Amino acid sequence: MLKFILKRLGSAVGVLFGASLLLYVLVINAGDPLADLRESNAENREYLMQQRSDYLNLDQPWYLRYISWLGGVGKCVVGSCDLGRNINGVEVSGLLANAASSTLRLVLLATFIAAILGIAIGVITAVRQYSGLDYIITFLTFLFFSLPVFWAAVLLKEYMAIGYNNWLENPEISLGRSILIGVVVGLILQMLLAGSLKRRGVTFLITAIFVPLLLQYSVWLNFYRYPQMGPAIIVILTLLLALSATAMTGGLKEKKILYPALVTVALVAALYYATFWLLKDANTWILIMGAILAVAVPGVIGKFMGGRLSKTAAGVSMLVGFVGATLTVVDHIFRAWPGFLELKGRPIGTIGSSTANLGGGYWDSFLDNATQLLLPTIVLAIISLASYSRYTRSSMLEVQQQDYIRTARSKGLSERTVIFRHAFRNALIPIATIAAFDFAGLIGGAVVTETVFGWKGMGDMFSTGLHAVDPAPVMAFFLVTGTAAVLFNLLADIVYALLDPRIRV
Amino acid sequence: MSNINDKTPENLTSIAEVEDAKLAASTEQSKSQSRIIFERFLKHKPAMISAVTLVLITVIAFTSIGIGPIPGWWKQSYLDAGSVINGGKPSLSLLPTWLGGSGIRIGDHPFGQDSVGKDYFALVMNGTQKSIIIGLVVGLVATFLGAVIGAVAGYFRGWVDEVLMRITDLFIVIPLLVLAAVLGQMAGHGSGSIITLALVLGLVTWTGLARLVRGEILSLREREYVAAAQAMGSKTSRVIAKHLLPNTVGVIVVNATFAIAGAILLESSLSFLGFGVQPPESSLGLLISQYQNAFVTRPWLFWWPGMIIVVIALAVNFLGDGMRDAFDPRQTGKKRRRRAGLFAMPTRKDKP
Repeated sequence: MLKFILKRLGSAVGVLFGASLLLYVLVINAGDPLADLRESNAENREYLMQQRSDYLNLDQPWYLRYISWLGGVGKCVVGSCDLGRNINGVEVSGLLANAASSTLRLVLLATFIAAILGIAIGVITAVRQYSGLDYIITFLTFLFFSLPVFWAAVLLKEYMAIGYNNWLENPEISLGRSILIGVVVGLILQMLLAGSLKRRGVTFLITAIFVPLLLQYSVWLNFYRYPQMGPAIIVILTLLLALSATAMTGGLKEKKILYPALVTVALVAALYYATFWLLKDANTWILIMGAILAVAVPGVIGKFMGGRLSKTAAGVSMLVGFVGATLTVVDHIFRAWPGFLELKGRPIGTIGSSTANLGGGYWDSFLDNATQLLLPTIVLAIISLASYSRYTRSSMLEVQQQDYIRTARSKGLSERTVIFRHAFRNALIPIATIAAFDFAGLIGGAVVTETVFGWKGMGDMFSTGLHAVDPAPVMAFFLVTGTAAVLFNLLADIVYALLDPRIRV
Repeated sequence: MSNINDKTPENLTSIAEVEDAKLAASTEQSKSQSRIIFERFLKHKPAMISAVTLVLITVIAFTSIGIGPIPGWWKQSYLDAGSVINGGKPSLSLLPTWLGGSGIRIGDHPFGQDSVGKDYFALVMNGTQKSIIIGLVVGLVATFLGAVIGAVAGYFRGWVDEVLMRITDLFIVIPLLVLAAVLGQMAGHGSGSIITLALVLGLVTWTGLARLVRGEILSLREREYVAAAQAMGSKTSRVIAKHLLPNTVGVIVVNATFAIAGAILLESSLSFLGFGVQPPESSLGLLISQYQNAFVTRPWLFWWPGMIIVVIALAVNFLGDGMRDAFDPRQTGKKRRRRAGLFAMPTRKDKP
């Protein structure tokens, strides 16, 4: 295995070398970096041209320029990167640090959301092959495949951001509209949950009545400007989750699963009060630590109380703990929302990755980042969602024809066990490769998205750099994306080999 | 065996003989493999609708404003500015008067006019022509390169495969949009014609197909008929061209369609960023880029080119999907299985 990894790593580094040489030569030949100065009427034109050719080493032949750039990159090994200077003489390493953090945040979040949603949609459509739901989702995924990123982005900007911001000024939902929303949600839900005609009808009726009432109630509470949840609702929700998760896995009579889940619920309730002032003025580290603890502690509880069912019990408790912690954070976000609205009247941002001079506390800047991130993430996620769901669907369909699935069915396992325990796990193997490719593709998509939403990220760096025929920023962009692509591919290969014993390394 | 055609005799012993007799007795004509695939494709409704839509759009785009020096039936040119009539609003109306519309009419400027009064219909049709040409050229170039490189790598294996696949990796490591943007910038500074741009895009989009074809060839080259052809002294080029590539035609054709859709979208993204088609020329992506800020005041300048990109890409994708289904031998009739709901609670019986 180690030999395989080293071999792959070696060839990956070689490929990265070759690609950087190729791209460097292409970029410096993509135009004339002095074009704008040649046409300018500035008095110190000669001086400016001289200065720029000094910055870009224009007097040297291409291979010397490449070697000096490569030498600068080589210094990264000892910890002091020198990625050259851009056309204005600014150090690119400094620019890259800022740009990369906002772009990677965007791309990682979008990949994460797209992968989870896409795989879920793929599984559902594969299980219900040739149903109405399957046809609708197939059409939608094809539509998403065919959407130009920038066009969808402009549409979202107009309808979602500006529409929502206008609506939030005076949030009201008319009775007719809330009934319409209820009917639509009911139709979607009955398609998702399926079952017999009677079951579908009941699902639809309950939703179509419940949703309009909920909407009207939330408007009456002025929920959209002053959202609130409170500890009681958090406890009730986690309790319901604990009960249903227990029922789904082992049945409510299974004390070994039920008790650790209930202990976790009690823990969530106690910690809500214990951490209240800590979370009131949180920071990122507290949240990360909290998230880890929220999974680890219930896991340990489940493991020790679960006995012979310790694995299932740990899983259920972890789920309950995590959801409880998330709800607690959401409660704090709700509390911060009215104050945030006072700072930023129109919350959903369409330009930039954060609002300048916002002020306020941690939650305000958290909400600001989140609202600025919302639209670009949706645009990117929608587009890669399509490929994830498509690949998962075909992979699931392939697996479902295998003999071992028939065996599993014929020995009387429930459909859920067959799908999740036997089919889904095997269908996931090829998805690992898709994820690696998709990540690289998304970074390309990020270039366009950043242009539309006016982010000063890596995509912007690349795009302005290329327009000015300025190799340093373009190569810095490539260095990050290329390395990410190579690493992800390597990771996918390793995961592939680990998951599938048929693949010999 | 002479009486088999007349009547199935009772005294046949093996199943093979019975099957043989049935086949001979049946009046149905036997079909070739390509015929079966073609008929399956014709039955694929979305693909058929898409094919009709595509032909319609292509015919309108090329006949309305003409190709190059040949004039079309549309009067206005996309180069002539004119006086802006009615704020440049589109004169196309599909809503009859009794429904509250202004009657069904096309008018002088069905898609409206841009800020200097150019006819937007002509501009959009010009962009559509560019998109279709780019899509086709990229599809052809990428398919040719991908098929040949993949076939050679898969057939020869060894160091040839190693070298070719590392070159493929080289292209895969650089994000497609980045490579295309750099090459597009070079092409734009050079001649600026769309054919150059299309050729350049074709040079960077062949990698996926090359990998797929290589995989297919690797398994096909172990078949007996390849060994037979080699034993009879066929040249390598003949084995590849006559025996191996025709058997991968399914993969190739399906990927060619997806490559066309991808190329159309890629060109529009590049033009949007300013690395594709350059201003005196026009394309759908460039039109959207120019008028994205006019969305609130003159939305039609934004909607028309975007809708046409979406419709073309969607139709090509569905066409590809139809072909994939048609080429897939496992595709046999649609039957819907009903199974217990996935989210149903386990009943007492189900419990393991």
